Amino acid sequence: MKVAVIRFPGSNCDDDARYVLAEVLGAKVNMVWHQEHELGQVDAVVLPGGFSYGDYLRSGAMAALSPIMADLKRFAERGGFVLGICNGFQILTEAGLLEGQLARRPQLSFICDTVSLRVENDQTAFSSDYHKGQILRIPVAHNDGSYYADDETLARLERNNQIVFRYVSEDGELTDSANPNGSLSHIAGIINQKGNVLGMMPHPERASEALLGSEDGLALFTSLLKHAQVLA
Amino acid sequence: MREQSLREQAATFGLSLEEFDSIVKILDREPNGLEAAMFGALWSEHCGYKNSRPLLKRLPTKGEQVLQGPGENAGVVDIGEGFAVAFKMESHNHPSAVEPVQGAATGVGGILRDIFAMGARPVAVLDSLRFGPLDNDRTRYLLGGVVHGISLYGNAIGVPTVGGEIVFHPCYQENPLVNVMALGYMKHEDLQSGTVGNVGNQLIYVGSKTGRDGLGGAVFASADLSESSSEDRPAVQVGDPFMEKLLLEACLEAIQEDLVIGVQDMGAAGITSSVGEMAYRAGKGVDLYVDRVPRREEGMTPLEVMLSESQERMVLTAKPGKEAELVALLEKWELDATIIGEVADHGMFRIIEKGSIVGDMPIAALNEAPSYTRQGIENAEIKDKRELPYTVNIPKDLAKTLLKLLANPTIASKRPIFEQYDYQVMTNTVIVPGQADAAVLRVKGTNKGVAATTDCNPRYCQLMPKRGAMIAVAEAARNLSCVGATPLAITDNLNFGNPTRADVYFELEQAIEGLSEACLALNTPVTGGNVSLYNQYTSGGKLVAIHPTPTVGMVGVLPDVSRHATQNLKRGGDIIILLGENSSELGASEYLYTEHGLELGYPPELNLNREKAVQQAAQRLIQQGLCDTAHDCSEGGLAVALAEMAISGQKGLKVKLKETIRPDALLFGEAQSRILLSIEKAKLELVKETLGDLPFQVLGEVSGERFELSYPSGALELSLSDLSHAFYSPLREALS
Repeated sequence: MKVAVIRFPGSNCDDDARYVLAEVLGAKVNMVWHQEHELGQVDAVVLPGGFSYGDYLRSGAMAALSPIMADLKRFAERGGFVLGICNGFQILTEAGLLEGQLARRPQLSFICDTVSLRVENDQTAFSSDYHKGQILRIPVAHNDGSYYADDETLARLERNNQIVFRYVSEDGELTDSANPNGSLSHIAGIINQKGNVLGMMPHPERASEALLGSEDGLALFTSLLKHAQVLA
Repeated sequence: MREQSLREQAATFGLSLEEFDSIVKILDREPNGLEAAMFGALWSEHCGYKNSRPLLKRLPTKGEQVLQGPGENAGVVDIGEGFAVAFKMESHNHPSAVEPVQGAATGVGGILRDIFAMGARPVAVLDSLRFGPLDNDRTRYLLGGVVHGISLYGNAIGVPTVGGEIVFHPCYQENPLVNVMALGYMKHEDLQSGTVGNVGNQLIYVGSKTGRDGLGGAVFASADLSESSSEDRPAVQVGDPFMEKLLLEACLEAIQEDLVIGVQDMGAAGITSSVGEMAYRAGKGVDLYVDRVPRREEGMTPLEVMLSESQERMVLTAKPGKEAELVALLEKWELDATIIGEVADHGMFRIIEKGSIVGDMPIAALNEAPSYTRQGIENAEIKDKRELPYTVNIPKDLAKTLLKLLANPTIASKRPIFEQYDYQVMTNTVIVPGQADAAVLRVKGTNKGVAATTDCNPRYCQLMPKRGAMIAVAEAARNLSCVGATPLAITDNLNFGNPTRADVYFELEQAIEGLSEACLALNTPVTGGNVSLYNQYTSGGKLVAIHPTPTVGMVGVLPDVSRHATQNLKRGGDIIILLGENSSELGASEYLYTEHGLELGYPPELNLNREKAVQQAAQRLIQQGLCDTAHDCSEGGLAVALAEMAISGQKGLKVKLKETIRPDALLFGEAQSRILLSIEKAKLELVKETLGDLPFQVLGEVSGERFELSYPSGALELSLSDLSHAFYSPLREALS
């Protein structure tokens, strides 16, 4: 069982992802520098949060052109599991591996908070250890996290059950105040049609130990490790 | 018109005529412009501490926990198991007054470089901020800008901003204070020094190219702010957190790979101070090839290169024989890396341009700024304010007073600010902002935690600087004790007015005495810090000086981080206990100011023995797992502290106070050495046993959803929602 965590020069949640996978869950983790051309023998890839290239342009826009991305695309096409968290989600949309865009919050300021998410689809390789309708407490920390897609794309995401997580109130309602960034349809995380590439703005790696206040993110990683193992 | 001689221009270099003449004596000739400017920068208050050095020598700096005291990029304390914490606080007051976003952002960048220059990975930032009244447009502009600057730099580089404080007071209207503290973790064996080492060693410049930005920043920071200060905007630099992230990773990797023997941040006065200090520590000279320095602009003079304060630059001393390996490593991180100098045995700072010497000064003299001891005299007006008797009426509706205090921006919730900071990146944050009196971080690979806080009540310090400074130390230690940490050491940021004024010098001297006394008593030595003088402003011919503000940044250690306390009430039926004793003191309180518009009287008395006993009791109870809820009584007194515990836990309480002292003092007085605890009923007897003969009283219990507080002559009752509204609204509204 081997997971690659891609390091861009401005990644800053790379070690947090490594810590949960390796130290909390005992997986083998390879840190892969963005200048590399090959992922090597791995069963899953994580694109961590951060500011990949400083993100003075659009978040993730330059990272999407990094040397490693070509092999990452091949890996995804072969059905390999790819998880993008926060900046990783932004990179996946910029790279065309996921649909839609992550725009600046309408409030225009960074938001760091713990929010409630509802599991919308528990049949994915990233969410099978959750149950549908489960409410999770998971931190968010971003400015450019407002999910946007055109009507047609949105309808397709709905139809295909590709929306995996939504922002909700603590009791599971889709209230405006529960949506931290004005995301369309309260979208916090989506998966591609094939079901092997997931992007989400919230940080499950920050909610994987009781000491840090929540373990609600852990099941995402345990789901992923299980499915990646089967595939491998 | 006759051209001015260099001597006549001494003031433009920040030098007095006497200082200029002593440079002539040192060099045995007139300095040229470059040399005068370099002396001026290193002899500025910011770099040379010329007004504060004799006073700073009085601070206690030793202790068995101290691995590195003052004099390096940052202090370092031992936390056991081979781990250590590097930490330091620095001000970016003047830049933030002129350009708040970049002023604050580069403040964060600068202090982080100090931390990783020690070989530590930065793990947290705290900000101690002071602004004018919140209802003022300029304050909101400055506050918004400073918060944005901290947020964009800290969030991008991925170091969590976990705590700090904000005080609003008219004295900071034009001269806000932005004091940034950072801490980092390291193993003992990775401890670095900012040194050039031995003769023949190569000095490597790494990071951003050098531009004309920030020219003369050290001198700028050592002069009064004036109405023309906004014309100094080019003296403020622009920060690039992405570049800094590369520098950070590259420097830490170079240290791990054992390729360097010295690491130094280029802060104020740029190459001049960094290379100068490194050579001074080693007792060596340097040949510096100024034309090799990577430049952002063409046509820069040696003076501009030597004094530029472009951000995100470091100097490394390569390990002999490892130069090429080091440069290759730095280039892997896509950084400019160039050998700019060589260590020499001549003891001089020799600046060489295209083969000729353009500056040649003794390293020792450059780094040994003249120091001035002055006569401090207390301002008579302040003495009167403190000592003259006063009377105030007890307000009829104390519930209303409580709501007013909770809505006072200095006390009110800072959530709209800290939610703009990424306080969880690095997954170490155990106590997030707003939950407790101090931030707590875990140390991965151990069971330990590290706690940090910043404190200073400027009103106390104005009315009685010595006691005010003592209380700043005591409160910082109390805050750490309230999360269950044992205090270890402090870094101090001394923000004062113009020290050539006798009354300001008096404040500085008294404050340093207060810090010394409290640090000695609480065993928290000073491991470094920063002095920011000239924090005053002339407006319409009137001089406005800030209140003396000796900000204390303190770190402590938790032996078992799973045993910590937060301030929120947790369980109905828990017993609320007060450690320490109430008093009838009202002087210098937030209550007097908020309710009566008065800033006078004696700040509360401080008995350091009592303080220590109360703190150790709280630490013991928390570390033994007998208590998980604690909060100290500070601004706004007992009633505000209880209200904060109720609000953050969203639980009501029933408390009965029995002392027959005047009710406003009982509720809102700021008697020191008091800590509120809330404990499970079943543990009460064990807790009492542990407390022994320390004064304490059971005040009441956690109960229901109302805040019910009675005292001998009356009672007040409020709903949680009224309390919460008062506490959460003011900053949210002001910033929206």
